[in-house]
Amino acid sequence: MTADVSILNATKVFGAFRALDDVSLDIAAGEFIVLLGPSGCGKTTLLSILGGFLEPTSGTISIGGRDMTHVSPAKRPTTTMFQDYALFPHMRLLDNVGFGLRMRGMAKAERDEKALSYLDLVGLRASAAKKPHELSGGQRQRVALARALAVDPDVLLLDEPLGALDLKLRRQMQDELKAIQKRVGTTFVHVTHDQEEAMAIADRIVVMNKGRIEDVGTPASIYMRPRSLFSAGFMGEANFLPAKVRGLSANEAEVETALGRVALPASAFVSGMPAAGRDVTLCIRPEHFRSASAAVPTVSLGRGRITGSAFFGTHHRCHVAADGTALTAHLPQTEEPEVGAELDLRLKADSIVVLQDGAGVGH
Amino acid sequence: MRRLTAALSALYAGLIYLFIFLPVVVLVLFSFQDGTLPVPPLNGLTLRWYEAVLSDGKLMAALGNSLLVAVLSSALACLLGFLAAYAFARYRLPASALLRGLLVAPMTVSTLIIGLGLLSVLNVTGLRLSLVTVGIGHVVINLPLCFAVIYASMGGHQVNIERAARDLGAKDWQVMALVTAPMLMPSILAAFFLSVTFSWDEFIVAFLLSRFDVTLPVEIWSMLRSGLDPKTNAVGSLVFLVSVAFLLVMELAVFRKSGRSS
Repeated sequence: MTADVSILNATKVFGAFRALDDVSLDIAAGEFIVLLGPSGCGKTTLLSILGGFLEPTSGTISIGGRDMTHVSPAKRPTTTMFQDYALFPHMRLLDNVGFGLRMRGMAKAERDEKALSYLDLVGLRASAAKKPHELSGGQRQRVALARALAVDPDVLLLDEPLGALDLKLRRQMQDELKAIQKRVGTTFVHVTHDQEEAMAIADRIVVMNKGRIEDVGTPASIYMRPRSLFSAGFMGEANFLPAKVRGLSANEAEVETALGRVALPASAFVSGMPAAGRDVTLCIRPEHFRSASAAVPTVSLGRGRITGSAFFGTHHRCHVAADGTALTAHLPQTEEPEVGAELDLRLKADSIVVLQDGAGVGH
Repeated sequence: MRRLTAALSALYAGLIYLFIFLPVVVLVLFSFQDGTLPVPPLNGLTLRWYEAVLSDGKLMAALGNSLLVAVLSSALACLLGFLAAYAFARYRLPASALLRGLLVAPMTVSTLIIGLGLLSVLNVTGLRLSLVTVGIGHVVINLPLCFAVIYASMGGHQVNIERAARDLGAKDWQVMALVTAPMLMPSILAAFFLSVTFSWDEFIVAFLLSRFDVTLPVEIWSMLRSGLDPKTNAVGSLVFLVSVAFLLVMELAVFRKSGRSS
């Protein structure tokens, strides 16, 4: 089963600390949503409010069109997958997975069959009679997933479920989570602080900071068209170049930076055209300094000198000094950048994003 | 020099064990005395005193009473101790530290005082002295112990597991009965068996709060009043044997189990 989720003006205050500050978000049925942000950003608080473990200080939560703000966890169409798995240590896997069905009064034969089918879904049918302590971390994780899904929740809440796994296993579990979510169609709300994980699994990412939503969108749109400085900096690497708006026309604006004046198309201004004279910040991804010979419109930031370089496999990561400004550029793996060499700082005009200070979805 | 230290240490350890176990060894040895006095010299070995004990209806009835009181009062003390521990560990209660202290405080009060206090309370309530009142006394003595043992094993790591159970639809009593109690079973069993062994050879409260049906220690005491004979040694040896058996069961049931799952 699946359902949409609607969060309206949710605020949660702990003493003097605003863990969640007037957050509104609509999640479509069957969507895989990732709440992404640093620790203390409010993502786990939001998840706990969705699961019913916390009540918001103000605001409402509805799931499938029904108000759930003050409903206990047991009575919500949600289940939570906990970071520490929270499996019942004294029960076999079969009984762990069947626990929710047992609480719903399902007869033993029927619930064992259903529990087995969910263990099958996560590839652990053969271990049904084992106890949790006999399993590896990744396997326990799968059991926790099967247990949470066995009761047919409308919404599955995942609280940093992959945090305790090593990198390789984490990648594998990300793929599995995504595949299982596609198969069961349940709405997944997943919390993480790992931006790569968010990109790997999310339909849409919600970037959070200081109790507010900074940005919402597909992984590509958040990476390519971030709508706040925080969002741009949290999702991958970025160069931030302060600038002042000088001239405006219908489809173009001229800004002045420490590296000279550049004319940018209106589409670069993700949060609307600013007034002339406003301070703005240009956000440039390091891999975009590769378009010196492109046939599309480009802008030039002059020339820079490579002061350091390291090979990362997919690219060379270079430190570049240009007129006293330090930049980072990713050059193709086939090139051989040398320290001291000059670099033409030319980019496709539409790859630059202009952000206004204090911009963001929730502001 | 090192040898000397080792030898002295061994001697010291040997003396300590001798000090602890000599009385028991003497008691058990003279329960086999072929004669009427349980004192040296040992005249020969016989099992007739055990025969006398096992064919003594009053003693056997007292032994049954003791088992009954020990098991039932310990079960009740564990149940109450578990509920109290759960409340203190999972809810924020006003004056929690003070209330916990008060719950454990009776451990420091002598059983004589507890027995006398209960005796006057029972007088007021008009409840007649019986095995039930002995059981009540033993619950009072053992509840602080059960609470302390169970409370000590309730950590934060079980909180998420209980949350998960609640999230999957379990009601509060189901969380406690199906998740919390089974998780804490090693410490609950430890509390139970400790409590049983204490109740099994508790004398003062049992003496003060019983009348016609008595427990084994009280019966043994009335035997002693009519003078020493190896029969008292035999019954004492049996009491000791049962205590050892309880401890062995606890060792096997509790420590094996907790060792395996951790």
